[in-house]
Amino acid sequence: MVKVTYISTDGTETDMDVAEGTSLMQAAVSSGLDGVIGECGGSAMCATCHVYVDASFLEKLPAIDDMEEEMLECTSSDRRPTSRLSCQIESNSDIDGIRVTFPETQV
Amino acid sequence: MPEPVVIIGAGQAGVQTAFSLRDMDYSGEITLLNGENFLPYQRPPLSKSYLKNSVTDSSLIFRNEQLYESKQIEIMQASTAIKINRQTKSVSLTTGEELPYGKLVIATGARNRILPFDGGELKNVFQLRGLEDAKRLRLELQKKPKIAVIGGGFIGLEFASIAKELGAQVTIVEAASRVMARAVCPTLSDYVQKVHLARGIEILLAQKIVAINSSSDFATDLQMHDGSKLPCELVLVSVGIIPNSELAEAAGLTVSNGIQVDATLHTSDPDIFAIGDCACFPSDFSGRNIRLESVQNAVDQAKTVAENICGTSTEYGSIPWFWSDQSDLKIQIAGLTSNADTTVVSGDPATGKFSVCCFTNNRFVGVESINHPADHMAARRLLAAGRKITVQDISHPGATLKSLAKS
Ligand SMILES: Cc1cc2nc3c(=O)[nH]c(=O)nc-3n(C[C@H](O)[C@H](O)[C@H](O)COP(=O)(O)OP(=O)(O)OC[C@H]3O[C@@H](n4cnc5c(N)ncnc54)[C@H](O)[C@@H]3O)c2cc1C
Ligand code: FES
Repeated sequence: MVKVTYISTDGTETDMDVAEGTSLMQAAVSSGLDGVIGECGGSAMCATCHVYVDASFLEKLPAIDDMEEEMLECTSSDRRPTSRLSCQIESNSDIDGIRVTFPETQV
Repeated sequence: MPEPVVIIGAGQAGVQTAFSLRDMDYSGEITLLNGENFLPYQRPPLSKSYLKNSVTDSSLIFRNEQLYESKQIEIMQASTAIKINRQTKSVSLTTGEELPYGKLVIATGARNRILPFDGGELKNVFQLRGLEDAKRLRLELQKKPKIAVIGGGFIGLEFASIAKELGAQVTIVEAASRVMARAVCPTLSDYVQKVHLARGIEILLAQKIVAINSSSDFATDLQMHDGSKLPCELVLVSVGIIPNSELAEAAGLTVSNGIQVDATLHTSDPDIFAIGDCACFPSDFSGRNIRLESVQNAVDQAKTVAENICGTSTEYGSIPWFWSDQSDLKIQIAGLTSNADTTVVSGDPATGKFSVCCFTNNRFVGVESINHPADHMAARRLLAAGRKITVQDISHPGATLKSLAKS
């Protein structure tokens, strides 16, 4: 299990133990956290799973591919240097303790 | 106390209805009838990543079991509705139980169309709709069989892509003169077809299969109408779906290409709604009655119904969008493009990344994109804003969907 902290726009923190291999989008949606929607189920096709990743973890994540890059240009809330699609982040031991913040809006 | 809500079918639309009702603070009882024996799950990965073993069963699940509990959504597993009793406002289950409802939501989805000849029961002839189907196919694919896919629609092409990636020999047999003919314009069909051919998938167009030949419970080859035969070790039948509208029909509700609903998604009974794959609705966007088979449609209709149960009178009017993943081809469609009479290509297909802008009677009706999500999202914004883009606008040198969406 990998510890992930989700931070909502009002600052509320939710700690979750996420099984390795599960995406951060899937873990949040299936437990009912409101900050992401994940309409396409993780295919990088909808941009409703946008999160801001704590800067210290950015380098530990797989690189942003072309599709994610384009999707990130279309997020409903501002894209920042820390923006990622949470469906493209798989939980693994390298990112234990990662903190991600939900944006204001997803659609 | 608000009325009890019963939802028949715990797929994309049914589950969304239940959770949207709670998001909107609906305090009445909610019962979700799940005809299957798994926690409700998403279907799109079943013809894509799931077949590659890269996705676990648990990551297909919409919501954890505890969440149904904490939201007080009673989910009845392996519970099939067999009758809707409109006089007594109740639903009969296979178990003999009768569930009373105040409002009923029919979200029974669809089932696969079967071939008009024998063979569907053979041990190596498969369909792909549910988790059980995908599990069996995933296992079979490990044997790298020689595969015949009957039907070149989205699911057939997605399955073929993965099977090819996993080392199988794959032939797609399509009755129409191009793939995905029901949903996309010829430009996109041609492009996608070429990519699949180049990857070594064989595609037989305008070919009708008249029989599946077999030997001791296994299909051995497909018999074509021109007399030729296609030997195979595994057959996938993916020739479209049929809406599950029998319960509604037996209850006397209006049914025609699915369960007929009005703009607020009510059936011909004011206490019964129908949504998702099983519902035929008046589409403002296309100006006719249509039935859509997509996640977007299931989710957005569910939200509209939840609002209407909560007391508003909301008409359904979302912009349709759809995606399909065929190996390295990411296809995204905004709007409804199958009836387009004029198309303009934006971008250069040679780069593997472009969009086809579609018009019907000079009206901008949608965009089909290949590996170009930025165009897709721009198209959705343009359509949602009701922007009347013209052929000239998009043909202008240097014009892109993105620049048009920003202007
Ligand atoms: C393999 C596959 C891949 C797909 N890929 C994509 C894609 O990439 N993009 C996209 O947008 N869409 C895709 N779709 C379509 C999308 O999944 C459907 O449009 C969507 O699931 C429709 O939701 P629904 O709730 O109407 O029906 P479903 O999700 O099919 O749910 C209906 C449920 O009702 C149950 N049911 C039926 N009758 C009864 C009864 N009498 N009592 C109790 N329960 C009953 C069924 O068992 C089923 O679980 C795909 C579909 C499949 C099968
Ligand atoms: S869930 Fe759709 S892009 Fe991440």
